[in-house]
Amino acid sequence: MLTLSVLRLLTTDLDAFSQQLDAKMAAAPDFFQNLPVLLELEAVQGQLIDFPALLAALRQRGLMPVGLRAADAAQVEAAAALGLGVLQGGSESRRAAEPRRDKPEPPPAGASMVVRQPVRGGQQVYARGGDLVVLAPVSAGAEILADGHIHVYGSLRGRALAGVQGDRNARIFCQNLDAELVSIAGIYRVSESIDKSARGRPVQLYLDGDALRIEPL
Amino acid sequence: MARIIVVTSGKGGVGKTTTSAAFATGLALAGHKTVVIDFDVGLRNLDLIMGCERRVVYDFVNVINGEANLNQALIKDKRVDNLCILPASQTRDKEALTQEGVGRVLEELAKDFDYIVCDSPAGIERGALMAAYYADDAIVVTNPEVSSVRDSDRIIGILSSKTRRAERGEEPVTVKLLITRYAPGRVQKGEMLSVNDVQEILAIDLLGVIPESKAVLQASNQGQPVILDTASDAGQAYQDAVARYLGEERPHRFLTEKKGFLGRLFGS
Ligand SMILES: Nc1ncnc2c1ncn2[C@@H]1O[C@H](COP(=O)(O)OP(=O)(O)O)[C@@H](O)[C@H]1O
Ligand SMILES: [Mg+2]
Repeated sequence: MLTLSVLRLLTTDLDAFSQQLDAKMAAAPDFFQNLPVLLELEAVQGQLIDFPALLAALRQRGLMPVGLRAADAAQVEAAAALGLGVLQGGSESRRAAEPRRDKPEPPPAGASMVVRQPVRGGQQVYARGGDLVVLAPVSAGAEILADGHIHVYGSLRGRALAGVQGDRNARIFCQNLDAELVSIAGIYRVSESIDKSARGRPVQLYLDGDALRIEPL
Repeated sequence: MARIIVVTSGKGGVGKTTTSAAFATGLALAGHKTVVIDFDVGLRNLDLIMGCERRVVYDFVNVINGEANLNQALIKDKRVDNLCILPASQTRDKEALTQEGVGRVLEELAKDFDYIVCDSPAGIERGALMAAYYADDAIVVTNPEVSSVRDSDRIIGILSSKTRRAERGEEPVTVKLLITRYAPGRVQKGEMLSVNDVQEILAIDLLGVIPESKAVLQASNQGQPVILDTASDAGQAYQDAVARYLGEERPHRFLTEKKGFLGRLFGS
């Protein structure tokens, strides 16, 4: 079992950032393949970040940005538009992530999202502030995220990340587990480390302490 | 009003051009005025498959750029009435295909034709997006192997978001699956995905299954769409697919291996 790797962004100059990243990655390129990372924005709070370009730079290198930490309100909003969640870190980062008063309130807790169409490779669906229910298959290469639980009434072949804002009680339910990656509150397993016996059948996934458990339904 | 059909796949070499030629010919044979357009700017092989490569004067890009009108660029098929080809240019780059330009040409074609078949290039870049943008229907050509199925899945997602129908919030593009180069013997040996496997992953309607067939190469060497080889398995499978597209119900054929003499003898 692993937890998310944290990538601390020290500059908003993406060229400089990319160069440093390449240098780091050159040491162990395989390690970084498909590595889910949490972006820690403490050092660049209050600065404008070109999120689409940043995400593209990360994905191009095989990294999988899944969320933010210690972002300011404007950054949270910009990133949320691209489907990135915010993980509440220590108390100071929680304060930083708190929305400003003049911002619209987040959707009420428990607001949920129902998707009837298959989620295809390359597509991403994020249920912000609630649960995600998918009444169709989730393809390999697709990514579904929710602040709350995730239910998939079909085959789950892509990536599913529940509790992306840190809710450790979030669970993933699916009819047929064949996922590339599953994660709850940032604690994840990749396909390789999902037991064969759990594959191809209805299961639920939940956190037991820091362990991500998979249990037949 | 004309119906615009895109033949697409994501992956290259799976049988899009073979299918576009066969399908357009089949629609024309059924009495519908049909034009087939080569969107593969820079490669240009639809005209070879259709056997009209030596009659190309002007092309799709010429028409988009206003260097020729449609009547000058359209090539009438010599074998089948109601059928025209709009070839792609071999020399120009894909940037020539602008959304606005493609839209203008399709609109003009829609006045004269019942069906407009768009042969998409591979990939998910500009050329493929342009071929798909104005589509009413999509035929997703897939080979029974994992990488082709994944690319098709991706394209189906793109069809649901990056087409004019999607942008306008109109009824979505009708997406149908055509499995090509199907070799039942290899499926049985576990070397290929089965029809059911592919359908289960892609979860869309099955329009047809075209067997892997020597007739396809033969036909393309003769510059003749394989659907005109009415004795061949692939030709018949394409006929079935066209009939299904036009609303007929036909059972799927060629899903099991026809056993040769030795196969029967040894039961392999
Ligand atoms: N059903 C089939 N059986 C055997 N060969 C096929 C079949 N369909 C296509 N091919 C061959 O596959 C190759 C690629 O076909 P083509 O139609 O040009 O694909 P695409 O347009 O998707 O790149 C060609 O050599 C063609 O002859
Ligand atoms: Mg082609």
